Amino acid sequence: MSSQEQTAAAHVHRDDVGARMGMWLFLFTELILFGGMFILYSIYRYMYPDAFHLAAKELNTIVGTFNTAILLTSSLTMVLAITAIQRKQKALSIFFQVITIVLALGFMVNKYFEWGAKFHHGIYPGSDTLLAKPAGEILFFGLYYVMTGLHGLHVIIGVVLIGIMAGYTSKGIINSNSYVKLESAGLYWHLVDIIWIFLFPLFYLIT
Amino acid sequence: MSEAISVPNNGRHPSYLDYQGTHKGILGWILSTDHKRIGILYLIAIMTFFMVGVTFGFLMRLELIAPGKTIMDPQTYNAFFTLHGVIMIFLFVIPGIPAVFGNFFLPILIGAKDVSFPRLNLLSWYLYIIGGLLAVVSILLPGGPIDTGWTFYIPYSVRTGTNVSLALFAAFVLGFSSILTGLNFVTTVHRLRAPGMSWFKMPLSIWSLYSTAWVQVLATPIIGITLLLVIIERAFGVGLFDPALGGDPVLFQHLFWIYSHPAVYIMILPAMGVISEIIPVFARRTIFGYKFIALSSVAIAVFGSLVWAHHMFTAGMSNTGQFIFSLLTMIVAIPSAIKVFNWTATLYKGSIELATPLLFALAFIFQFTIGGLTGVMQGVLSVDIMIHDTSFIVAHFHYVMFGGTGFGLFAALHYWFPKMFGKMYNEKISKSAFWLLFVGFNILYFPMFIMGWLGMPRRYYDYLPEFEIYHFISTIGSWILITGILLMLGNLISAKIRGKKVTDKNTWGGETLEWHVDTPPIHENFIDIPTVHETPYQYKQNEDETLKTQEVK
Repeated sequence: MSSQEQTAAAHVHRDDVGARMGMWLFLFTELILFGGMFILYSIYRYMYPDAFHLAAKELNTIVGTFNTAILLTSSLTMVLAITAIQRKQKALSIFFQVITIVLALGFMVNKYFEWGAKFHHGIYPGSDTLLAKPAGEILFFGLYYVMTGLHGLHVIIGVVLIGIMAGYTSKGIINSNSYVKLESAGLYWHLVDIIWIFLFPLFYLIT
Repeated sequence: MSEAISVPNNGRHPSYLDYQGTHKGILGWILSTDHKRIGILYLIAIMTFFMVGVTFGFLMRLELIAPGKTIMDPQTYNAFFTLHGVIMIFLFVIPGIPAVFGNFFLPILIGAKDVSFPRLNLLSWYLYIIGGLLAVVSILLPGGPIDTGWTFYIPYSVRTGTNVSLALFAAFVLGFSSILTGLNFVTTVHRLRAPGMSWFKMPLSIWSLYSTAWVQVLATPIIGITLLLVIIERAFGVGLFDPALGGDPVLFQHLFWIYSHPAVYIMILPAMGVISEIIPVFARRTIFGYKFIALSSVAIAVFGSLVWAHHMFTAGMSNTGQFIFSLLTMIVAIPSAIKVFNWTATLYKGSIELATPLLFALAFIFQFTIGGLTGVMQGVLSVDIMIHDTSFIVAHFHYVMFGGTGFGLFAALHYWFPKMFGKMYNEKISKSAFWLLFVGFNILYFPMFIMGWLGMPRRYYDYLPEFEIYHFISTIGSWILITGILLMLGNLISAKIRGKKVTDKNTWGGETLEWHVDTPPIHENFIDIPTVHETPYQYKQNEDETLKTQEVK
């Protein structure tokens, strides 16, 4: 490192460990945000076990499994993107980031059709069909829409975030020496993934 | 410690007030990522909202001076006590000390040039302003200001036609601002302490800000999701808290207090930190029981997060649950008492200088003790059933939050004012303001203990004639208190404009790092990062002399 670079480094504060720590703290807040809803889910499941059992049968396990596979694969491509930039393969890293975005959009399209089918059957908050069902089923679908909806919002935020990261990578702001931004985006993406990993069995598998 | 501090030359390095960044004028402030400038931005915004909250409180109190209608109708009164609560809690006490003095002094006290994420810091100020403006807009829009009380209890908050959703969204945005501040402080304390500053060499205010920051990070998301769910409930009728659709409104209360009880520790802990800074400086004594004060902050943060259901003893809960929450509530009193005893022990045989900051600090100890002990009374199940939802609770809360945190914030303001602005206020006026505040405060809130004990319900627009005398005294107190507030702020503002210039680095003879940097501090605080060798609050010389005089006797 030349002396000029050294003085420049002394003026620009850079702390990758700190940045990662900040991101982890933010992820804690996200976990607790969803935690509030998981509390509601567990209490209402305890109050209305039979209704939850019946309502869960109406969800399509195959679509859910497919979406789980998509999201897990996108986490893999995100990790590959980080590894690629560490190995100075910029084009490959951008490629994997774009694949991650495509998979995330695929997840959202699936979600759109899934919600659409439910709406088509008249199952949505406040609908006559839903209000005619027992209280436990109303709550099950209420939680289903709120929790998957908020998760979907996080997927969209993730898409925007990774899009920005792909832009940074192509501009060289994210490079093999400084990739903590991409790592943080990756951490966020894994969080979106892990929340789905919990939502999937709670709504689709436990019947 | 002092030898290790480099001495920046005031002439060569402009203070943060004069520093020219990339932007000029007002933009140089509202686009600045300098933690000190952000602290000042917060100070202005928070004190403005404080005055708005004071105005609502004043009008509310005026209405209650006599039974029946005095100046407003019941609906307006409902809106006023809600707005007073929402503004004071979400826009004044919660951000209060961390956002103003935490931002300004946390990096200086640990020997850093700024916080870990300066841009996030500025973002948190913008979120605060946006949240504040949304709250103001919700007052003005048709539909009418929110009238649910600051607790937003369901089912009323779903049924009422007032602008609840917007006000809740404002609180949601403010929560985000609070989370970002907390996240920033935790990371900063971990990563940016000066060389040599181990955990137990940190000033005590850092310990309390650090504990507060964790509570901010871990508790605030719960209120975020709860408020969001109420908004969704109002918009779509999902039924999660609606008994008609199978939901349980008591669950809302649980989720609300899971945040809102720890939130009162977000409010009080930073004030305790300020008091721990001020007491040793004006008693010229090393703080008594440093480690106990430091760890009691952590203990308060931990136990304070586990006591939320004591707000709900009358809402329906199992006996086991009541017993556990009652016990935990009393346990929180232990670390709080540890602090009070250590502060008084520090004062013992100190050479006390009764300056304005210490007056406020002493008032804090006095009022916080009353507020804290009445809090323990409410933790007792049998007593709580009697005084639940009476003005006893209002008195307790104001003794802790205003008599505690409010006075703590005023203490901090008088303690650090010369350092922040390089100007000194008129001490005579500030002391008169203090006495008006102290007397007014106690006349305003103490009668509430008595009438609450006799059965005066809180939040009521009208009352029985037997309570009139207490309400009358209380309203008189509010006038004295507000005179004190206006005198204090007027004194500080005129000091900022034409006060005596201070260039002395160490106004009060403090031993912590902020008293070793320029007055006002330079941009980025330190030329070279200092190395710390000793624990803070070392007044050895003074204590050796005390010992000698004792031996001579």
